[in-house]
Amino acid sequence: MNRNRALTPIYLLTGLAAILVALPFFVGNYALSVATLILYFAYTGQAWNVMMGFAGQLSLGHALYVGVGAYAAGALFFYYGIGPWAGLWLAIALCVALGLVIGFLAFRFGISGVYFALLTIAFAEFTRIGFDHFGWTGGPGGMFLRVAQRDTWDLANFRGPPLMYYYAMLFLTAGAFALCAWLLRSRAGYYWQAIREDEEAARALGINAFRWKLLAVAISAAMTAVAGVFFAFYYNNLFPEQIFHISRSIEIILGPVIGGVGTLFGPLLGAAVLTLLSDGISDALNALGLDIPGVKQVFYGLVLLCVVMFLPHGIWPPIARRLRL
Amino acid sequence: MKRRQFNKALAVAGALAAVNPFAIVRAQAQKLKVGVILPRSGYLGFIGQSCQKGADLAPGVIKELLGVELELMNADFESNVDTARTRAERLIQEGAHVLVGPFDSGAASAIAQVAEQRGIPFVINIAAAPQITEQGYKFVFRNFQTAGDIVRNGLDLIGELFQATSTVPRTAVFMHVNDTFGQAMAKGINAVLPRRTQLPFKIVDQIGYDPAAKDLSVEVSKAKATNADFLLLVCRLNDAIILRREMVKQRWQPMGIVSPGSPGMYEEQYFKTLGKLSEYSISNVPWYNPKSNMTQRVEAAFKKANPKDNLVFHGLNVGFTFEAILIAADAFKRAKSTDPKALAEAIRQTNITEKMSLGGPIKFNDKGQVEGIGSACVQNLNLLPTVVLPQEAATAKPVFPVPGYKKT
Amino acid sequence: MPAADLVANVVVSGILTGLVYGLMALGLSVIFGVVRVVNFAHGEMMTIAMYMATVLFAALKLDPFLAMLPVAAAFFVFGYALQAGLINPFITRPEHSQFMLLVAVAIILVNAMLMVFGPDARNVQVDYQLESFELGPLLVDKARLFAAIAAVVAAAAFFAFFRYTLTGKAIRACADNYLGARIVGLNVKHLYALTFGLGAVCVAIAGCAMVLLVDVTPPLGPSYTLLAFVIVIVGGLGSMGGALLGGVLIGVSEALAGLFITPSAKSMFSFGLLILVLLLRPQGLLGKRA
Repeated sequence: MNRNRALTPIYLLTGLAAILVALPFFVGNYALSVATLILYFAYTGQAWNVMMGFAGQLSLGHALYVGVGAYAAGALFFYYGIGPWAGLWLAIALCVALGLVIGFLAFRFGISGVYFALLTIAFAEFTRIGFDHFGWTGGPGGMFLRVAQRDTWDLANFRGPPLMYYYAMLFLTAGAFALCAWLLRSRAGYYWQAIREDEEAARALGINAFRWKLLAVAISAAMTAVAGVFFAFYYNNLFPEQIFHISRSIEIILGPVIGGVGTLFGPLLGAAVLTLLSDGISDALNALGLDIPGVKQVFYGLVLLCVVMFLPHGIWPPIARRLRL
Repeated sequence: MKRRQFNKALAVAGALAAVNPFAIVRAQAQKLKVGVILPRSGYLGFIGQSCQKGADLAPGVIKELLGVELELMNADFESNVDTARTRAERLIQEGAHVLVGPFDSGAASAIAQVAEQRGIPFVINIAAAPQITEQGYKFVFRNFQTAGDIVRNGLDLIGELFQATSTVPRTAVFMHVNDTFGQAMAKGINAVLPRRTQLPFKIVDQIGYDPAAKDLSVEVSKAKATNADFLLLVCRLNDAIILRREMVKQRWQPMGIVSPGSPGMYEEQYFKTLGKLSEYSISNVPWYNPKSNMTQRVEAAFKKANPKDNLVFHGLNVGFTFEAILIAADAFKRAKSTDPKALAEAIRQTNITEKMSLGGPIKFNDKGQVEGIGSACVQNLNLLPTVVLPQEAATAKPVFPVPGYKKT
Repeated sequence: MPAADLVANVVVSGILTGLVYGLMALGLSVIFGVVRVVNFAHGEMMTIAMYMATVLFAALKLDPFLAMLPVAAAFFVFGYALQAGLINPFITRPEHSQFMLLVAVAIILVNAMLMVFGPDARNVQVDYQLESFELGPLLVDKARLFAAIAAVVAAAAFFAFFRYTLTGKAIRACADNYLGARIVGLNVKHLYALTFGLGAVCVAIAGCAMVLLVDVTPPLGPSYTLLAFVIVIVGGLGSMGGALLGGVLIGVSEALAGLFITPSAKSMFSFGLLILVLLLRPQGLLGKRA
């Protein structure tokens, strides 16, 4: 967390950004779709990190905001032909409201730690089953957005070739990174960290923990809502069973936890490592001719286990120390 | 394990035969690379593996039939829609000329997008959500009935069933699994049934249950309490098994269990776990014609590749997966090229009369949807799924009401 | 309005199933109450017990009620080793770290089961499985009744163990005051491992009972984990009586919700109940205020 050597990270970031911007010119479409997926998880991980990494509130139900955001923008487009740029605001508004309600209830009633985590799961599951019985958005039958011809960039409706989605996600990830870097150094960031380390002490110092925690939830929810809108227009079909499922929430968390909770680079690094690992394991297993269902995930779980055991703070902090950042 | 190794050996033998210079002389200049995407693991794993059997036998049968060389590129999407998307990307990257799969509406729509973006034809083997062919795709073709077609055909067959057995049930209780497929079917039934005035029965209660239900005792209690004459059921596999057992425990014996078109009750697992209790259940589903020439060919190949299995338990899965590959191969033969645009155009012109499934020739409308696939009334008799209607394909007579029927 | 005998039937079956759920949740509750670690692999462990029961039945025709003994023994060893080897070093780590550890364990367990047993559902077929007792208007499923009795007996044994044996008392002392327990010379790590082993035994017995009611597939695991959470939070995380009460409550409320609302929405009802309990009485119905 040493911020004196501010220059090194800037070089690092510029280099990384240049590579990512140039990437599509060097790789094929498959690699591009994997890169888009990595950026998507980096972005959602960053959003989750605001709540957990900065303010110390463990959410295991972030799929809720992805889902509500996706359905809000998706439904506007599906029923009224209103494009994602307007839908985005509805998605953000709904998710912030939802986050505030959950946060308000939880913090007002003094729910924290494991209990708070379980509360977030409960809200996500509740909503999942609710959407399963909500006919207007298609219920379990799903909502299918119309797909136009995709050769040209149609930014107004967010329709276009894979390249467009890649750059959109890159832009979002970079934006989230910048926002989080700024937040960490802002007054909010310092208050959050104080609350994360010791809420009692923070309150004794006169910090209104309740309000700052709500702010963290709101920002995290808003950021995740944007990911939801992207999800809706990238995948074009939404099913409650897939989008709200708890395994989705866990996927969001894996990146930052593996990368390093509370760090800026952690979510990026974690998302990249996990996605490439998952792909690499399937390749390796295919090469070995081991296509028994489940083998890949067992390896994945073992790697996860090792990282959690031997790198308790994630992959990034030791690397940062090595690089003297 | 053994079977898989055997298949692999077959594949290797096939590949060797393909590089054999003498074989090349007769065959066309190129091979068609078919990317097959199926859920061989995850919760659809059982059905995905069953579909794969149909894909595995396709190159051999089709070579004999059309003289066309096929190369399968198999991918498992792990019953996960995101994975389906990336697997499709990868298959195209690796040079697949056409994609086939995936037995799941969610995955089908994800793959459809990739195929459309990349301009690679995609032939859907099984997936019923009607929206897939309504989204405006140009490279997506479906050789399967939509939920609406399944329901219409299924209800018509119920009418024929009652006529053939001279029964007049007055009431039905409708139970359905509440997932993508089940809901599309429920919607279809609620829309179509009121207009089928020739059907004598009314639905007295509609009970939707959780697809992951572990226990259906409440649902069955509720259904039993309606005193309906028969059970109209839209199910999947596991829930059908749980439901059937629960009916016995609760001593509920209606005139019969009739599915207006859903998987589950003709699946091998249903017979294996339930034994005698699987008897007499009825499914009205898109099915293969056991008497057609194509079926005989496929059945012979199937027996050879899977000596311990019986095609009838994999019929729908193998049949439609095989036909999807057949469509691609047939288009390849006519287009004489692997150019995706030419292939898609050729698929659009498909007119296959010699086929496995029931109903008219395989022809696509301008949305890429096949029309005129027939359904059959399949009843479990002597522990085998048996076609009992329509008469021209039937190999036995329907039994309804079932023996042991008790008016409660 | 459903007839009274229908409601009675549904409630009775809800109570019986709920007792088995309760025993499963009891394991989770005991582990949390002492070790303060939430076992996110709980449902996965339950499905392993169910698979073991099916294997013992297929190989030796061992009735699941008899299979409880070997399965419980194996689970005790497994639980002890898991705590001693993996979880003990994580006691002082933050919650999200513990969570990830158990998520990794859960991923490995689910997929190992998929590798070994495949995706098909498995079950046992005993001769009493499809029979039911007729008591006036009530039809009581035999297997369900036996399973519930086994759950009650097992739970009673656990209560007795924690109340009357020296080891049980030592474990409770550990739970009440970690530092104090260490000061008086208790081997806390051993006691933690013991507790996890005992929690695993609960799961083993519940799994053997459950396999009579439900077919087992690998994806069943995560859904049981969630169910166990709901039950212990409602009953009171760490409270033994609360787990059983929560199990019965969830069993009955799901049954009634299935009857009066649409059955596919019934678990929404449990999650709703969970939210209400968390907000109004976060320590659970029978829990002590922290």
